[in-house]
Formats: sequence, C-alpha cells, structure tokens
Amino acid sequence: MSQPRNPRLVDRRTFLRQSLAGSLTLGFSLHGSHLLARATTDLDLDFQDEGAWSPDLFLSLASDGQLTIVSHRSEMGTGIGTALPMVLADEMEADWERVQIVQGDADRRYGSQNTDGSRSIRNFYHRMREAGALARTMLVTAAAERWQVAADSCHAEKHEVVHKPTGKRLAYGELAAVAATQAPPEADSLQLKPASARRYVGKDIPIRDMDAILHGRAQFGLDIRLPDMLVAVIARPPVLGGKPLEWQESAALKVSGVKQVVAMPTPSAPFMYQALGGIAVLAKDTWSAMRGREALACTWEDGEHAVFDSEKQQEELRANVAKPGRKVRRKGDAESLLKEDGEHLQANYEAPHLAHAPMETPCATARMTEDGVEVWMPTQAPQSAQQAIAGALNLTPQQVTVHVTLLGGGFGRKSKPDYGVEAALLAQETGKPVQVLWTREDDIRHGYYHAASAMSFAASLGEDGLPTAWRQRSAFTPIGFTFNPAARDGSDGELGLGFTDMPFDVPNLSVENGPSTPHVRIGWLRSVCNVFHAFGVSSFADELAAANEADPQEYLLRLIGEGRHLGIDELGAGYGNYGSPLDQYPVDTGRLADVLREVGKRGDWSRRRQELQGSSNPWRGLGIAAHRSFLGYVANIVEVEISSSGALKIPRVDVVADCGLLIHPDRVRAQMEGAVVFGTSLARSGAISAQEGRIVEGNFDTYRIARNMETPAQIHVHLVPSEAPPSGVGETGVPPFAPALCNAIFAATGKRIRRLPLQGQDLKPA
Amino acid sequence: MLRLRINGEDRELPEADPQTPLLWILRDHLAMTGTRYGCGKGLCGACTIHLDGNPIRACLTPAAAAEGKELTTIEGLGGAVASALRQAWTEQRVPQCGFCQGGQLMSAEHHLRTNPQATEQAQHGAMSGNLCRCGTYTRIDAAMKQAQTALNQEENS
Repeated sequence: MSQPRNPRLVDRRTFLRQSLAGSLTLGFSLHGSHLLARATTDLDLDFQDEGAWSPDLFLSLASDGQLTIVSHRSEMGTGIGTALPMVLADEMEADWERVQIVQGDADRRYGSQNTDGSRSIRNFYHRMREAGALARTMLVTAAAERWQVAADSCHAEKHEVVHKPTGKRLAYGELAAVAATQAPPEADSLQLKPASARRYVGKDIPIRDMDAILHGRAQFGLDIRLPDMLVAVIARPPVLGGKPLEWQESAALKVSGVKQVVAMPTPSAPFMYQALGGIAVLAKDTWSAMRGREALACTWEDGEHAVFDSEKQQEELRANVAKPGRKVRRKGDAESLLKEDGEHLQANYEAPHLAHAPMETPCATARMTEDGVEVWMPTQAPQSAQQAIAGALNLTPQQVTVHVTLLGGGFGRKSKPDYGVEAALLAQETGKPVQVLWTREDDIRHGYYHAASAMSFAASLGEDGLPTAWRQRSAFTPIGFTFNPAARDGSDGELGLGFTDMPFDVPNLSVENGPSTPHVRIGWLRSVCNVFHAFGVSSFADELAAANEADPQEYLLRLIGEGRHLGIDELGAGYGNYGSPLDQYPVDTGRLADVLREVGKRGDWSRRRQELQGSSNPWRGLGIAAHRSFLGYVANIVEVEISSSGALKIPRVDVVADCGLLIHPDRVRAQMEGAVVFGTSLARSGAISAQEGRIVEGNFDTYRIARNMETPAQIHVHLVPSEAPPSGVGETGVPPFAPALCNAIFAATGKRIRRLPLQGQDLKPA
Repeated sequence: MLRLRINGEDRELPEADPQTPLLWILRDHLAMTGTRYGCGKGLCGACTIHLDGNPIRACLTPAAAAEGKELTTIEGLGGAVASALRQAWTEQRVPQCGFCQGGQLMSAEHHLRTNPQATEQAQHGAMSGNLCRCGTYTRIDAAMKQAQTALNQEENS
C-alpha cells in the first residue's frame, strides 16, 4: 500500500458546502441494540440550515466520490479521530485518499460521545464496521442494478464496484445517487470483511491533524475567535463551596481593557458540573482580564471545607484501613487464618490527590443565538456539556449547540464541563460572545482531583512461600462525592478498578473498603483507582517475593497460578468489568501471566537482574509489575539508577501490552509510551495538597510534571498480536509503571517505597 | 504606537499596551493562535517563539522588548532546519494531542540551527524547557536525531 496522505479535518460548514445534491448519506443510530439505517438523498435536506440537518450521520458520499466521515469521539491525542474513521473506511472498501473527517457536535443520536473510560474502540469498533458494511452493500446493490446483474457477482474494491465476470467497474461516486434511493439492508444480513481483507485496520495511517499541528494551525479550545468577543478570567473561591465576601469592582474596571465584572452564581453541593462561583472579570483581551482579576482583591467566606488539611486526611485514610472495612470480595476465611497463623507480612501504602494538568487548561467560548446558546470547547463529553449548560441556562439540551475543538490533552479533566457552563453563563449575562480562560493556577487549584488513598495489606504464608491468606483494604475519596455530598465509601465501580479483581490465586482472600471524607471535587483521572490499587497490590506482591528471597517475576507467576477466568461468582455481582460483558472480555489471568513472561523475555529480565544485583554508587536495579485494566493486560520492567546524592534516573523501561486487536498499532504504542511518562510524573512528583481548604500547589513549579530528562531514556514497547476483541488502550499502560518503578528502587537500594510520590523521600540506601 | 515585525511582516498595533506579553499580542490582537498558553510563567515552553532567531517565552516577554527586532512564530517557521524537523516529526509520528509541539519545534529548530553537531545529551538539555504531558519525549529525541542526520548529509553532499 502506498503511504496514504493525511485526511483533512474539515469544519462542519465546509462539509455542508461540499455535500452535493445527489450524494448518498446514511444515518445510523449507534445506540440501541441494532443498527437503524436510513438512506436519503441530500435533496431532502436543507444544508444551509444546520438546525434542520439531521446530524446522526456518520458518512456522506458525494457524487464526485468524496467521502466524509464523522468522528463523534473527542480527539485529545489518542488518535481516535483517525482510528474510528479508518475502521469505517476499511469496511466500506473506501479509498482513504478520498476521505475527509468532520468532528461531530454534541448529539445523543451518535450514541455515547463520552471519550473517557478507554472505550471508543471497544464500544464502536463493531458499530463503525457495520456502518461501513452497510454503505458498501448498498453501493454494490446499486451497481448490480445498473448493470442488471446479480449482486453476488459484484464486489467492492477501493472506492469502486467491480463486476467480476465482465471486469466492468463503477466508481462509488457515480453510484451514490442510486444507492441513496435504496432501502438499507438489515443489520444482521451484512457481511463483514474477513481479517485477511483489511485495508487500513492494523496499519499506521498518519493522524489526521499532523500537518496542522506542525504548522500551528490546529484549532484547540482557546483558538476560537468571534467578533466582539470578551475574554473572562474568574476569581473562584479558594475553598470548595466558598462565597465571595468583598471585591474591588471599580479597581478592576480601572484596568485598561476591562469591560465588565460579573458575580457568578454560587453553587451548592452536589457540585457536579456546576460553575464554581466567584467573580468574573471580562475584558477585550486576556492580559487585561488577568490584570483586572488581580485588582479585584477578593475576600472569601470559606465554608465547611476550610477544614481540609491533607495531612489530616491521610491520617483518616490510614485509620480507616487499620480496621475492618466493608467486604467487597471474600473467599474462604482470611481473617481467621491471619489470626491463627499470624500476619507474616503487613504493609500500608498511600498516595495523594493528583491534578490532571493537561497542557491546554480548561477553556470555552460561548455566544447566545436566537434560540439558545452555541459553545465551542475542548471537551471529552460533549453531551454532558450540553446537558449541564442547558441546566444552568434553563434551556433544553436541543437549544445548546456544543462544538468540539481539538483537546490539548484531557486525561479525564475535560470530561467535566464546568468551564463550558461558566462561558455560557457569562454569554447569557453579558449578551456578548465570551471566552473563559483558566490560568494554570486555576487549573491546579480548582480541579476534579484524583482520589487520595491509603491501603493496607496482610498475608499469612504457607510453607511453599505462597500466601494462605491475603487481606487487602483500600480507602479513598470517592468520585461519588462530586454527585452526592454524603458519599464516603468507594463504589463497586471504583473498587473494580484493580482491587476487587486482584488476580492472585489465594485460597483465603478478603477485599475490603473503608470510608473517606472528601473536601474537593473528586474526578476520574487517567486509569482512575487502578493507579493506587496497582501500586498497592503489585508492591505488596513484590514484598512477599522479597520475604521469600524469590525472583520477583517467578514469584508473581506463582501468585497468579494457573491461567483462569475470574467469574462473577468470585468477583461479586457488583463487578463492572469496565462496562463490558465478562464473556467477551473475561478477567483472564492467563493473559496477565503471558505479558509477564513476555516482558521478561523482551526485557532480558534474568540476565540484567543478575548483572545489576549488588551494584552500588550508582545503585541500579530492575523492578517488575503487571496489571489488567480497561480489559487490557500490561507488564512493565523498569530499570533505575540512584546516584550517591539520591537522584533517580530511569535508563530503560520495557512494556508488553496485550490489548486484543490493534486498530492503529502506532497510536497504541504511543499511548503506552505516554502512559510511562504519565506514570513517571505521578510517581516522582504528583501531589496535590491542601491547607485550610486551599490547594497549595499552583503551577508547574510546585505541581511538577516530568521533563524529558526525568523520564525514561528508553521505552521499549511490544504489542502482543491478537485477534481478541480490542481492549481499552489510553489508560491501560499507566497502572503497572509506579509499582514496577518502586520495586526497582527496592531492588537497587533495599528501600521499600510505600508512599507516593517519591519527591521528598530519601532514595539513598540506608 | 507598538510596531512589531512578525514572520517577515510589519504589524502596527495602535491599541495594544506595549507591556502586554507577546503571547497575548499574538493570540488576542493578531489572531495568531499557533503560540500556546500553558503556564504563563515560563515553565512549560508551549509559548516558545524566536526573537532575532533566539528562543524566548512569549508569555513573559513584554511586546515592547521586541520592537525593532524580528519575531518568528510556529506559523512562520521556515528554512532547511525547520523543514527537516517537520519531516522527522511526521515520520517519527511525534505528536499526540499536539498542543505543545509548536513550542517543541521552535526550541528544536533553534538548537539544531545553532548546534548542528550537538550530542544527544546537549539536545536533551536544549529541549528540557518544553513540557509534554502526553509523553512524546522519546519520539522527540528520535526525530531530532533523524533531522540532524538528514541535515548533516545534505551538508556533506
């Protein structure tokens, strides 16, 4: 295959202009149990009126052959805006050179657009194939009609239909008008292409936005420019739920360029996606707005969450895992055995709140229209934004148009549309187009934070060195608090992220959850609770290996035991399995063991481990961990080097990932590389802390994310070839990294890391 | 009145406060949005542009400091080094979200233009002011190496 060019990302207006009468458009409802299809000629639709255009359209084929595919999921760097259209084009036998991609607005007829939970591919791979197969089938039928031959004597081939016996060919574009008059076939009559006929799936097609990115033309949230637009920055209450007491409106208005000062409505719990309140300063440009906000000198009434102090919160978390908790999974009688035989090994682990800190801070632009509001924002969840904005402005969701720009990173922060609500409220209040910009300090101090956590582990060991009883307790600030102020316990969903489904074959097991009191909005951050659960489970396993003086890889494989599928009988009815059925995506400990073995081979575990053993000044060592999350299996070997000053270097990381079928291998690889860097940041320096309810960190000097030299010098990724259903990819790589890193530090120095981040801890050997 | 020369064009900004950081002059006054806001404190490098060919942080540099000088932004970045870098960035498939990449390229272009024989370690040092939250660092390393090799071959042929 020749190297395909980048498909262009066109805006909706261009798309609508280009859509010619007589073209084939197909509408698919991607939610619901079966494919609903509708074929129509564009003549029926008024393309000048966006409101009248039914947007549940995933493809449009013009009579000149131009194929337009809608990307309904948000592009934040995973490549999904290329990968899903690839799936459709492949199944349709379309020519990628003739494809353009439009980004879909918020519309529930697309099905879920929530681009989080690492589920775009696994939930839409099949749907996109059906859409492509449907279009292909209709085009073949149209050609057969034109030629007056049997449809099964024709086949589709790269944007053409071919009549095999005569060799006649018709281009897709020429068939569009005829195909558009057909009744679409039933979804279950569609024939999908065999794996051997894949044209794009499994190939590293260039991402659609490459050229725009490299020339500064890519359009992110803050790049929207509207006539007469005001820029707003908002002084938000430093403590969640606080209220402004006094502010110097006149001082702010004196700053040149400042046009208006607006008091935002004060929210009350549950905070959900509400705007956080405070005082907005609107100006003709960002710089003026920022200076205007400084001039406000706002004072605050803090409210109940002023008690938030991170050290006290960690004490509460520790206390709540020191006592029995709510049982979420049990097998045998771990408690009695731990009492009888003694807790041979006991360890606690903890980790603080984290902020997402995408390079692009939250931002949104809104303007009122005749019948509602139009919002542009970098959002992972366009429909959540639509609903939250409708609620805040007292409109119906249909009156709220949400355009999705490119996202300069998301990591879960941009699943929460509070910043879009702010922009819409201000557009409504001022009657002008308003762009809300969050400064980096706003982003770090007013986030939806990754949970703070503590875990305790205890095990009794049998004569073979394997645990006869294993008890693990986890307590963390639950996401539920954001939606219900009374929430204290972890949900089944959160516990199912690497804790309930701990993979070791232990005869007596108790998995417990303790409560915690949040004081900030808790949100989901890349890999969510898997981050700390993997840290606890994989660190404790390594501690057991060390207690047995065993090779950690061999010991882990013994802990996992024979490959088996954990069923609902073991995991409990509340186990969510990332929203996917267990029969399609079993908890397969065999695959976990396989990635551990493979990473051992690829990373030359035995030889390098021996070579580094006993090294000193610098102290070097290897650590290993494996974790299943988002239905995929990832193992890491991390090499560390600790200098005499205690400085940490990470010369090399080996990653083996089994993520089922790979749609776009290079982007999967990129996600795995990025996960290692994300893991490096959180393990080295990820900590959000509070005093008197106020977040202490504010910018990249105090909330540090890894720079190039702090990240692993080499990252070797091996992707396991597989025809298993595709798993999640975006989050799957993060969890094993921190424990593998900390296990490596132990191997190098004998120092066991039980608390993240490493920043502030002395890594030198004792 | 503020007068700037940007990407070879003279721009007059009668309404702009000359103390405004260049970042906001570019973005808000000139709608040149390729230069990005990431931190506002010179910590992340997303706003890196060139002042007389040298990298500066546009978020910290008042516009007045650029008067009478030549500014280059990612939109206007050209020449053999930039072209080799874009080619290498494309082949190594560096960008993920892409937000920081303009700043990365501005730093990389200056470095390779002024240090054609630089070691990998020196390249790391030159790029250490540019943060990437997606984690494209190892690909940036590979792309810079590739661009450097290509440029040196061109030089020698």
